[in-house]
Amino acid sequence: MSVDTATVAKIASLARLKVTDADLAAMVPELNGILAWVEQLGEVDVTGVEPMTAVIPNTLRLRDDVVNADPLTGGGIRDAVLANAPAAEHGFFGVPKVIE
Amino acid sequence: MTDSVYRIQGATGEWEVVIGLEVHAQVTSNSKLFSGAATAFGAEPNAQVSLVDAAMPGMLPVPNRECIRQAVRTGLAIDAQINKWSRFDRKNYFYADLPQGYQISQLYHPLVGEGAIDIALDDKDPENTKRIGIERIHVEQDAGKLMHDQHPTMSYVDLNRSGVALMEIVSRPDMRSPAEAGAYLAKLRTILRYVGSCDGNMDQGSMRADVNVSVRRPGEPFGTRTETKNVNSVRFVMATVEHEANRQVDVLESGGKVVQETRLFDPDSGTTRSMRSKEDAHDYRYFPDPDLLPLELTDDFIEECRASLPELPDAKRHRYENALGLAAYAAGVLTAEVETARWFEALLAETAKAAGKREAEVAKQASNWLISEFFGALNKLGKTLDTSPVGHEAAAELLALVADGTISGSIAKQVLEKMLAGEGGAAEIVEREGLKQTSDTGAIEAAVAKVLADNADKVEQYKGGKEALFGFFVGQTMKAMQGKANPQVVNELLKKALG
Amino acid sequence: MTELTELTVAEIRDGVAGGAFKAVEVAEAFNANVAAAQAALNAFIVTTPYKAIEAAARVDADRAAGKALGKLAGVPIGMKDLFATKGVQTTAASHILEGFTPEYESTVSRNLWNAGAGMLGKLNLDQFAMGSSNETSAFGNVVSPWRRWDGDTAPLAPGGSSGGSSAAVSARLCPAATGTDTGGSIRQPAAFTGISGIKPTYGRCSRWGIVAFASSLDQAGPMARTVRDCAIMLEAMAGFDPKDATSLDLPVPAWEAGLNPDLRGKKVGVPREYRLDGMDGEVAASWDQGIAWLKDAGAEVVEISLPHTRYALPTYYIIAPAEASSNLARYDGVRYGLRDLPDGANLQEMYAATRAAGFGAEVKRRILIGTYVLSAGFYDAYYTQAQKVRTLIARDFEKAFEQCDVILVPTTPSAAFALGEKSADPLEMYLNDVFSVPASLAGLPAMSVPAGLNGQGLPLGLQVIGRPFDEQGVLNAGLAIESRAAFHAKPEKWW
Ligand SMILES: [Mg+2]
Ligand SMILES: [Zn+2]
Repeated sequence: MSVDTATVAKIASLARLKVTDADLAAMVPELNGILAWVEQLGEVDVTGVEPMTAVIPNTLRLRDDVVNADPLTGGGIRDAVLANAPAAEHGFFGVPKVIE
Repeated sequence: MTDSVYRIQGATGEWEVVIGLEVHAQVTSNSKLFSGAATAFGAEPNAQVSLVDAAMPGMLPVPNRECIRQAVRTGLAIDAQINKWSRFDRKNYFYADLPQGYQISQLYHPLVGEGAIDIALDDKDPENTKRIGIERIHVEQDAGKLMHDQHPTMSYVDLNRSGVALMEIVSRPDMRSPAEAGAYLAKLRTILRYVGSCDGNMDQGSMRADVNVSVRRPGEPFGTRTETKNVNSVRFVMATVEHEANRQVDVLESGGKVVQETRLFDPDSGTTRSMRSKEDAHDYRYFPDPDLLPLELTDDFIEECRASLPELPDAKRHRYENALGLAAYAAGVLTAEVETARWFEALLAETAKAAGKREAEVAKQASNWLISEFFGALNKLGKTLDTSPVGHEAAAELLALVADGTISGSIAKQVLEKMLAGEGGAAEIVEREGLKQTSDTGAIEAAVAKVLADNADKVEQYKGGKEALFGFFVGQTMKAMQGKANPQVVNELLKKALG
Repeated sequence: MTELTELTVAEIRDGVAGGAFKAVEVAEAFNANVAAAQAALNAFIVTTPYKAIEAAARVDADRAAGKALGKLAGVPIGMKDLFATKGVQTTAASHILEGFTPEYESTVSRNLWNAGAGMLGKLNLDQFAMGSSNETSAFGNVVSPWRRWDGDTAPLAPGGSSGGSSAAVSARLCPAATGTDTGGSIRQPAAFTGISGIKPTYGRCSRWGIVAFASSLDQAGPMARTVRDCAIMLEAMAGFDPKDATSLDLPVPAWEAGLNPDLRGKKVGVPREYRLDGMDGEVAASWDQGIAWLKDAGAEVVEISLPHTRYALPTYYIIAPAEASSNLARYDGVRYGLRDLPDGANLQEMYAATRAAGFGAEVKRRILIGTYVLSAGFYDAYYTQAQKVRTLIARDFEKAFEQCDVILVPTTPSAAFALGEKSADPLEMYLNDVFSVPASLAGLPAMSVPAGLNGQGLPLGLQVIGRPFDEQGVLNAGLAIESRAAFHAKPEKWW
């Protein structure tokens, strides 16, 4: 499958990457080169093969329902959460006004 | 509600409505689905946000066992298949309430598979039910909240809800009327509250429904549906269906096409409108979350979940009818809310104990009193069982006094009023005010004689065959006795006196 | 006494513990080397000399007070700038995180500080660890301290993505550094710069607090000059972390104590599929030499087959970008990092502008590939197919390990190339990881150790791949090579 300019523009929009026409023109052949190369996987016979789910045999551990058991993954740290925000006001993050 | 089929009468004929609901129910848990931050309602903005919930670089999700457990219990409560192997997927999209840029959800392998619940089609006849299929329940993260009215050019983001555990409960498109949709949501809420997996507080956003509506000519294939997001009450769900179905009929009858889209319900106008902002051709690029391994449940875990389930509303209702001898309607009323059932059962146990009788012997009395006396009295005070100044123990004391003949039903009403006004316990009030019922035949005989003498004309009519007047004589005698006469004795003596 | 900056981790640790020198003296010596090399090598994004001194002073005080010292007491190290460090800018070498100062410490770096190590600075890398030459950093290329023998002074690539780490260790700016390895990012730069590096079994080191590239592949590991130093570092870095759901709940073995270069009774597998047509002659020769060394160490060499090897790289270039496209969605200008808000832009336009301004070309390329392979209609053909092939690749290894204990292959298809030599063609750059990616896809422990110099005087590495959890077997085979290769070459100081 090869991509055209319109497809790359659509993908870029889906990925929220602003691209110029010049960017697009450069990206189309690059992406097509990479896609053509990865498509050799299509020749592998995967009949009856399950997609990999866990690379090392291991099962999902569940944690206890305790609030702030570990301060590193607990709440109550508003200042730390907002410390790096480009726009924080009155305890909130600020973003350009959204019209729903 | 009636059995008759719901149809919209269009200009060109009848239309049938097809409804499916996706209900998001907040899982009752102390901490979030993938982080240790608290879930309590009403906290200061961003006070319950961990580094994980804010999607700081390098943060990772670790699932909360309790959230999984509650979802499994919910699945068991709707007779659903529990998938011992499930997996979390990422749903990718960009929005300011979604810090990770994806929601961790379950698309390909949900925790809970097919189940069903029965909804009553008629309040008066709980046995008249319809089965609504449930396709799946999956567990996922809630998003944060945006506030648009605090700043002229900015929206504010509060991530307190970000990462709170939700169950998404997806029904089959099995509902055919606004009433069915409302009954389904109400019944689902009842079950969740019985199970304890969701508090059902719709006004706090603990339960929200995405309402899928389409219309078709009866017997034809499904039409194009719309999805109205985040409708947060039973009434609004019904209004959404009603409005949306009629809107679609109008569109179709005027030669248009229904657009598959996301809509928003406006409670003020009772109408729905298109949410254009969300219509940016979505491609969620679901894939298994590589930060999480597959979720594998043991039989022991599932059995522990099953063993922890309480008696569920339908089973309880049947038991009330069969073992306690209650009428279907009463059993339905008493089991509709888990708090009511709990209150009733406590009242029943305490009344039986106080009266020295078996529960089945006092069940009808307790049920009648609760439904026809107590609810009314509380209502007048603007109270509920939760906020009632009279608890079940105090109420049981009152009912026991009725059961053992100490006071009559009508005196009990007066006593209850005084109890609700905080004037003391039942026995105390009865004693203090001298309200004990009398079986003193002498006093009653005197009263009967006076009543008959004062109403000689009516006695004539009675003897002339107008037997209905007997009730009048009973009432007058009771009145003369200030309600304290034993009604049975009054009956006997009146019959004797009237020959 | 030799210069302090020539000492290994073990020697520094033992010297500080034994009182031969003070930890602060060691820190000062390395701080000086860091400062002197920064302009020429650009190995660090930020330097933190005060941090190194503080940690060292604490160790000296503890020693004076007779307190027990940690495994890395007095050892100053470099920290790849992919690990979140509390109070110190953490960028992943991306403009989008410039100025980001975490309020938290990654588990791995915390483990290291708890063991008594100190931080010399945050090491440069390929942006978001995407690259094999350190040319994708938003903070400039890292220049390898190595130069060719022929007098050519063209700057060489230190490898990537842990290129700051490899350059710094080989130039004696630090005795050890952290790296992360997604498809070879520890092993390839180690091989390019004549040092050792081990990527442990997936799940050994917590990923908590490491800026994610591809979650199912990312693993932290140490880079140092000797196998012993790698073992010491890895012991301190590894360990179960309840904050990472993929962390292995296993005790950390005493790898250093378990070091043993005697391979009698061990079988070494040599996969025939790695012998590519047109393979670099010197790389092939170094591989043969490695086989001979391991035989000499007592191992039996067996030929094995890993039939799906040739599909590993394309598999990787579907899975890693797919995961990355999602992992990097959080860089949106809302909570931290760069925000580009053009006049009148709405929220979605702000995202697009911020990400366009903040991400470099290679990162964008991979985000686009990843977005595409996950998008509706293509998911099964690309992503599901790749995960199935990944199962086959892992199965190949499982079968191979029925016949052998470790596998020996070259680390890279060539020695270091010049900066700019491969950056024009992404595919050519990707091919650099051809030998390292298969072990990553299977989550296996794998290590690169220096094997010698090629005809141009540039290092070549050999790679040992082991069974899951068998870092010890990998380290021991690495040690057997190290003791026979007797690799003492170091870049001549020109900076
Ligand atoms: Mg939905
Ligand atoms: Zn949902």
